[in-house]
Formats: sequence, C-alpha cells, structure tokens
Amino acid sequence: MTPTRTVFLVARRELNTRLRTRSFAIGTVVTILVLAGYLLLQASLAEDADRSKVGLSGQATGLAAPLTATAKQLGHTVEVSDVKDPSEGERMVRDGDLDAFVSGTADRLRVTVRSELDENLHKAMNALAQQQVLEAQLLAAEVPNTREILENAARAHVQVDTLERVDPQKDQRLAVALVLIVLLYMSLLLYGTMVAQGVVEEKASRVVEILLATVRPWQLLLGKVIGLGIVGLIQFTLIGVTGLAVALATDVLTIDGAATGALVWGLIWYVLGYFLFATVFASVGSLVSRQEDAQSVLTPITLVVAVAFVLGLSLLTRSADDGVTVVLSLVPPFSPILMPGRIALGVASGWEIALSVILTVTAIAALTWLGGRVYRNAVLRTGSRVRLRDALGV
Amino acid sequence: MPDAVLEIDHVSKRYGDVVALRDMTFDVRAGELFGFVGSNGAGKTTTMRIALGVLAADSGEVRFSGRPITFDNRRRIGYLPEERGLYPKMKVLDQLVYLAELHGLPTNSAHRAAENWIARLGLRDRRGDEVQKLSLGNQQRVQLAAALVHEPAVLILDEPFSGLDPVAVDVMSAVLREQAAAGVPVLFSSHQLDLVERLCDRVGIVRSGQMVACGTVAELRTGGDAQLVVEAPNAPPGWADSLPGVTVDAVHNGQTTLRLAPGTDDQTVLTAALATGPVREFRRHAPSLTELFRNVVSS
Ligand SMILES: Nc1ncnc2c1ncn2[C@@H]1O[C@H](COP(=O)(O)OP(=O)(O)O)[C@@H](O)[C@H]1O
Ligand SMILES: [Mg+2]
Repeated sequence: MTPTRTVFLVARRELNTRLRTRSFAIGTVVTILVLAGYLLLQASLAEDADRSKVGLSGQATGLAAPLTATAKQLGHTVEVSDVKDPSEGERMVRDGDLDAFVSGTADRLRVTVRSELDENLHKAMNALAQQQVLEAQLLAAEVPNTREILENAARAHVQVDTLERVDPQKDQRLAVALVLIVLLYMSLLLYGTMVAQGVVEEKASRVVEILLATVRPWQLLLGKVIGLGIVGLIQFTLIGVTGLAVALATDVLTIDGAATGALVWGLIWYVLGYFLFATVFASVGSLVSRQEDAQSVLTPITLVVAVAFVLGLSLLTRSADDGVTVVLSLVPPFSPILMPGRIALGVASGWEIALSVILTVTAIAALTWLGGRVYRNAVLRTGSRVRLRDALGV
Repeated sequence: MPDAVLEIDHVSKRYGDVVALRDMTFDVRAGELFGFVGSNGAGKTTTMRIALGVLAADSGEVRFSGRPITFDNRRRIGYLPEERGLYPKMKVLDQLVYLAELHGLPTNSAHRAAENWIARLGLRDRRGDEVQKLSLGNQQRVQLAAALVHEPAVLILDEPFSGLDPVAVDVMSAVLREQAAAGVPVLFSSHQLDLVERLCDRVGIVRSGQMVACGTVAELRTGGDAQLVVEAPNAPPGWADSLPGVTVDAVHNGQTTLRLAPGTDDQTVLTAALATGPVREFRRHAPSLTELFRNVVSS
C-alpha cells in the first residue's frame, strides 16, 4: 500500500466524521446567519440614515415641493406629510412617527425634532428658508427678473480641486478586511484546536497504538491535518461566499471585484495559516494523554493566534500602511491575518504579498518538521504529560 | 517459501535503569498457539510491542518467515493491545472497515471482512452503534474483530482473555484455535494458566525479562523433579523420611506427596510403602502449569 493511500484514508475518515457532525452544520449555519444578519442590519441602517419623514403644517405645507427638491440635491430623501394641528405634530415627533415637524411662516420656519436635526435636513431647511426670504424681498423690491436671478443663484456652486485622491471605497474595504480577519481568526483557532483534540482523542482512547502498528506517525499526522484542513476550507468557503453574495445583493458592498478578490486571498491565507499552525497544534496535543490536560498545553499557541488577531484589528483600522504594520504583515505568525487584511484594504503591494507568502511557506516547512518530530516522539508515550524537551529529543 | 514462523531473537530493552527485556528469545511456529506467561512486569507487553514496531528494541531482532519485521510485513500482524483502544465515537462497522483498509485491504474486501467478523462475533445488532455505547464485553469483541479483520498472517494478542465472561472466553478460544488451525502463528499472553494449559501447544514462562522455560507443558514437566502420590492408610507418620533421594512435599487426606531426586528408583518407594501395609494408590503426579509456574518463578 502506498503512503498516499494511507494519508488519503486517514484524511477521508476525518472528513467523513467531521462533516457529518451536528456541530459542523450548526456552526456553519449560525455563522452565516450572524454574518447575514449583520449585513442586513447595515443595509437597513444605511437606508434609514438618508431618509427622513417630515410633517408640515400651516404655511409650511406649501414648502413640500421645494423642500423635497433641495434635500434631494443634498442626497437626502424626504417624505412629507401634512399635519393639521401643531400639537399633533409635536406628539408625532415625540413618538417617532415623524423625524421632524415644520411649522411657522415661510420666512420664520420652525423645526421640531426629538433630539437633533439630521445634518442634511438642517442644511436643506436653511437653504430653503434663505431662498424664501430672498425671493420675498426681491419681489417686494420689484426687481424685474426675480425668477432669473434666483435660478442663477441656485446654479452657482464652488468648484472643488482635490490634491490627494481619497478612495471612495475605503469604508467598504475596511469592512471587508475586518470581516475577513474575524473569519480567519475564528477558523484558524477552531480547526487548529480540532487538530490538537483529534490527536489527544487518539492518545486518550489508545487507538493510536493499533494505528501506529500499521501507519507511520507522519502519515497519520498528515492525513489528519489535511482532512481537517479541507473541512475548515469547506466551512470558510460556505461562509465567505454566502456572506459576499448577501453583501452584494443588499448593496452593502458595491465593490464586487475588490470584495471577491479579498475573499479569494482570504481562502489562500486560510490554507497558509492553517498549515502554519496545524502541526504546532498537533504536536502540543501529542504531549498529553487526556482531554482535561489539553487546555493547558494549548493556551500558549491559542494566545499567539489571538495576539495576531488583536494586532491585526487595531493596526488595520488605524495604520494599515505604517512601517510596523507592513513589516508585521510580512512575517509569520502575523502574516496569515495581517496580510489578507491589508490585501482587502488594497494597500498591499505585489512584492509584499510575494515576500509574505515565501516567508510563511518557509515557516510552514520548518514548523512541520519540528512538529512532526515532537509528535513522533510523544504520541506513543501515554501517562503523564511529556516534556517538550524530551519530545524534541534534545 | 519459508515457514510462517515468528522469531524473537535476543531482544533486549531497557527503560532508563529498568531492564525490561534481556536477550528474550523464542519462536512461534506456523499453526501454533503459544502461551506467554509471567508475573506482572515480567516483560510480556514490552516484547509484543517491540514485535509490532510501536516500540524500538535496544538490540536483537524480530523476524517473520525469516525476514526482519519491517513496516511492510508488519501490516500482516493482527494485534490486540493490552490497553484496548478504538475510536469511541466511530460506529462499529465503519471502524472495522477503516482498520481493514489501513492494513491494505481494498474497500470491497474490507467491507466483506468487517461484516464477516461482525457476524462471527455476534455483533450484528450493534454494527451501526458507536463503540462507546457498547457494553464492555461487546467492546472486547470489536477489539478482537479489529485484530482479525485484515486477515492477518500472525496474531499477537496481549491478555485477550482478561475481563471476558465465560461465554466470551469460549468464543475467544474457538477463534484462536481456528486461526492456528489455518496455519497462523498465534502468540498471546495470559494470567489464566489453566486456560493456557488447555489451549496452548507451547508455553513460554518469562521472569524479569528473560525466557526461563519454553516448550510443551509435558516438556516443562520433565525439567522438574518427579513427584509421586502414595496412599497407604496404615503407614505411620514419617514412613518415607529415611528413604534416600526422597523428600516429603505434603501429607493430605491420607495421601503423601513425595518428590524424587533425579536417579531415584520409584520402586524402592513402592516397596517401602507396601512394607507398612496395603497401598490403595500409587501414581506419578503431573504438576499443573500453575504449579510449574510457581516453581519456575520462585526458584
Ligand atoms: N513506558 C515505560 N517506562 C518505564 N518502564 C516501563 C515502561 N513500560 C514498561 N516498563 C517496565 O518494563 C518492565 C516490563 O513491563 P511489561 O512489558 O509491561 O510487563 P508485563 O506485560 O509482562 O506485565 C516492567 O518493569 C515495567 O515497569
Ligand atoms: Mg503486560
């Protein structure tokens, strides 16, 4: 029998047992629901933010058309309604049925709001009031072409010259990057821990003794790592693709190309990150013989993953292009979280990506060698916890 | 093709200062049931684990069919480890199929073999259950099936009878006999010496990591002093004390058990007994394996 077939059999067992578990299905569905829920909330908040309900009463009722038009110029949608009684209008504002209630005469408009007036609506109202006063006074002064003057005034605007181009997609890119590193962090931690627990389970149940009477340690380790890695990749892809589809469909994201690219890079970096950590997780798992002892040996390594994540979160939001961020994004163990984050932000250059991949692959090779050695030496030693020094054979 | 013999050849192993095995040497021939007995810590498990390659020997060699055991022919061994172990959450059938495939069986044959052993060992109703949900006795049956499912050419079983109920002991015995009859060398360790005596073609007794006696039970008996049981109702106490080369082992229910030094003629004992009056019984005593074991281990 070829080693490839052995590795395949081990990997297939992992796939079969994990994919069938309820926790896999529940975990995937819950994560997708949380993500989709978050996106839908964002979409509805974004919609609410530039839409107001305004009640008009008395003379102000005549302002419905100009108010809607002016607000529209400012990118704000206004829904107007007539209110007979001013006290009724106030009550509706208090109850949240109206965002603003407008009363008073054309030149002395009063706006009642609950706590604060939307900035755009405020600007629209001011402009309207000023226009009303101007029109009234021009008419009073019997200026001949009042209408023409007003139209000219309305057309006038300043020209803006930008010296530095601000990426209009910056906010969306940041959102993509943050969601991506959260997913990466969760997946790396979850599947790394699963590798360790799988190793401990085989040791604790002693099944490893019959396995290793016919399978070499590296074949068992590689099969397990590959099998669980595929399970993780399937889950990551399901969540990523669904999330992306929902975000694009609801227009929370409009950057189709960039977001898809970010997801693809996210998948690549999931694989790199997983292989970086998996053998380390497996080797620390092989040091103990009982599930109860697993947590204590896993803590140092889960901390490393957590630090990479927390650093990623703060550096990407504040200074994605700083020297420190660039350097950290090149080197493991930070690269699997920082680099895909920077790629999603669109601030990673080609050579940075290439260098970080090379460094990470090198680290994977080194850690796999080291982890394989620890695993081989420790996996058949049952009983008390094996000391790392003994397992390394130094 | 050379005979399917499992040879343990001068195998030594130490754990730090503890010498676990010292020049352990014996062989298990094709079609033979070999019983491996010894006190706790004598080195039985260590020997078996070395044969399986899950433990490395410091020196010496284990051969099968004349060739050193390597990764490739190790697949042909069926192994029942002392510390039983299966995947607790895996179903019985899946587990056996998986183990058969890992030992090199193609998927179809693996399925057939697994179903076959499940039926043979009375596990049909349990084939879809997780192993952890089975009774201890049934878990033992699955463990035995796991050792046999890949049609091994050698069987190495570490205390296969421990914890079995009498029915399961019979099932296990029948399976081992059947395997041996099919030409498989079967090595197993046990503390149930009466069972070993009944079942085994040959027995090896280990003490402190060394094989101290090895052969058929009859051969082991020839090594020790001959014993006689004499029933002479009128014989006074101490009647045999002055006979040359004779020591009295026990007097019980009117029967005297005597031990004869090598070269002592039993007919002089009979003459002396007849001199005291009638002799109702006079026979050679064949010591049981348990007695032989006690002698060997305590000497
Ligand atoms: N992992 C180990 N570390 C240290 N000593 C061991 C280990 N395993 C076995 N031994 C020692 O080796 C000797 C032989 O043990 P073992 O082969 O298990 O005996 P048996 O199976 O005959 O009871 C014993 O003295 C035992 O204490
Ligand atoms: Mg033992």
